[in-house]
Amino acid sequence: MNEIVVIIGGGIAGMEAAAQLLKLGHSPIIIEKSDRLGGHVGKWNMLFPDLTPAKKVVDELADSCRDANIFLNTEISSLNRLKDRYNLMLSNGISISTKYILFATGFNMFPAQKKEEYGYGIYDHVVTNADLEHWMNGNADKRMDTSGMKTIGFVHCVGSRDEKARNPQCSKVCCITAIKQAIELKNMYPDAQIYCFYMDLRLFGKKFEDFYTKAQRDHGIHFIRGRVSEVSEAMDGRLVVKAEDTLIGKPLKVSVDLLVLMAGMACNPDSEKIASQIALPIDTDGFLKSSDNIIHITSSAKKGVFYAGACTGPKTVPETLAEARSAALDIHTAIIKER
Amino acid sequence: MMNIFGFRLSASSAIDMDKVDRTLFDKLCAEEPDARRCMSCGSCSATCPAGEFTGMSVRKVLHNLQRGKEREALKMVSSCMLCGKCNMVCPRGINTRHLILSVCRIYKTEESR
Ligand SMILES: Cc1cc2nc3c(=O)[nH]c(=O)nc-3n(C[C@H](O)[C@H](O)[C@H](O)COP(=O)(O)OP(=O)(O)OC[C@H]3O[C@@H](n4cnc5c(N)ncnc54)[C@H](O)[C@@H]3O)c2cc1C
Ligand code: SF4
Ligand code: SF4
Ligand code: SF4
Repeated sequence: MNEIVVIIGGGIAGMEAAAQLLKLGHSPIIIEKSDRLGGHVGKWNMLFPDLTPAKKVVDELADSCRDANIFLNTEISSLNRLKDRYNLMLSNGISISTKYILFATGFNMFPAQKKEEYGYGIYDHVVTNADLEHWMNGNADKRMDTSGMKTIGFVHCVGSRDEKARNPQCSKVCCITAIKQAIELKNMYPDAQIYCFYMDLRLFGKKFEDFYTKAQRDHGIHFIRGRVSEVSEAMDGRLVVKAEDTLIGKPLKVSVDLLVLMAGMACNPDSEKIASQIALPIDTDGFLKSSDNIIHITSSAKKGVFYAGACTGPKTVPETLAEARSAALDIHTAIIKER
Repeated sequence: MMNIFGFRLSASSAIDMDKVDRTLFDKLCAEEPDARRCMSCGSCSATCPAGEFTGMSVRKVLHNLQRGKEREALKMVSSCMLCGKCNMVCPRGINTRHLILSVCRIYKTEESR
């Protein structure tokens, strides 16, 4: 009989792992709590670094895992271990017994309203990176006043690298996302002045540095090194952004018509809730803890339990997909060994 | 010495890391290990009510101390009102107000010797 593999989470990590396990002759079951596959990537518009439509990526993955058993709108009610098997009770009443579980529960967006000084949910023209993707996908957003877009600000590290917000890690994808979105807005509003407020520019990936130089040279995006300290709304509805320009060493202010907050990637508390039922360790940043961070990123501390994607920390799409394939191979090897 | 270049070099403003005496900063760090954790984000300086008029900046104080520019640092510190605003905004959670007090104590007692 084919071996059952339970995949928790139907984002790109879960979908890619399911597709690979199918190819290797196993029977993956995807358990997805929302009403669709795709996770966060399903909400994005164009993906860095090549501006690939996110929809194309998600559709392709959905097609390659369509033969998996997929439960949408379903969560894990309980999980326990009995000898070498895991028993899962699902919210739809179905119970599953398996030797192999793959966590692909992903991340949560950092709630930008927690950084009150940036005015998200308080002022009229403050949006997040995720809101901007949603709007670019054709969804109306009344905070986006397209008639008066003369100056736009981007705030990096919103709720990332922030011990007070209890999210100390770097979210990794938001520097490049800010630059991508700044270029996209500049293309829509060529006369707009765009400012990126950053602490460090972390552009580590393939083609990321090219994006940065393009933003400077071809699009005239302004980069200001300083963390935004506060934002206030002026009488005319424009937002006044304050920071220290740390390279000159002087306080700086600029009025903007739109402020985009680069909300970070935070851990998904669901992961811990499920993992704790079988005593899996959680890392100091709240993400799931791999058995080590170099050669066993996809392995957990428990036999038969594996991880892939952003459930262990901030990742890009290609990194997530690579881990999903690697986890599928680890599971395949474990299955073969047991036979 | 004759000035053969036709212009004079003023006392160098360059930082010479070879000449930096780290004794006092190490002493500061022994009491305030967070002094080394500043990431120069500028949140403290941007919110400091004294900064705009006097140039006070926790970020610059820490930086100057580590580059052997103690006089500059202590001059800034003297305009701090100890209001604690910088303490509230530091994303690294550094107790900046306490740090300033320790800087005053450690460096000033040394100076008056
Ligand atoms: C604003 C923004 C823009 C980005 N743009 C890019 C880009 O252009 N290019 C790029 O390479 N990367 C980009 N990324 C990164 C990308 O979003 C991640 O790499 C990717 O989403 C990780 O996929 P995942 O499947 O691990 O997690 P997720 O996308 O978070 O998917 C997790 C899935 O698991 C489900 N789930 C969670 N908990 C449970 C549970 N308890 N039970 C059942 N199901 C559950 C969720 O509903 C979701 O469907 C961006 C990130 C952000 C924040
Ligand atoms: S990727 Fe850039 S914006 Fe995002 S947390 Fe890291 S440094 Fe900040
Ligand atoms: S405590 Fe001193 S340095 Fe900090 S904000 Fe107040 S005046 Fe500025
Ligand atoms: S707010 Fe904290 S981390 Fe930022 S420059 Fe000031 S002391 Fe350094």
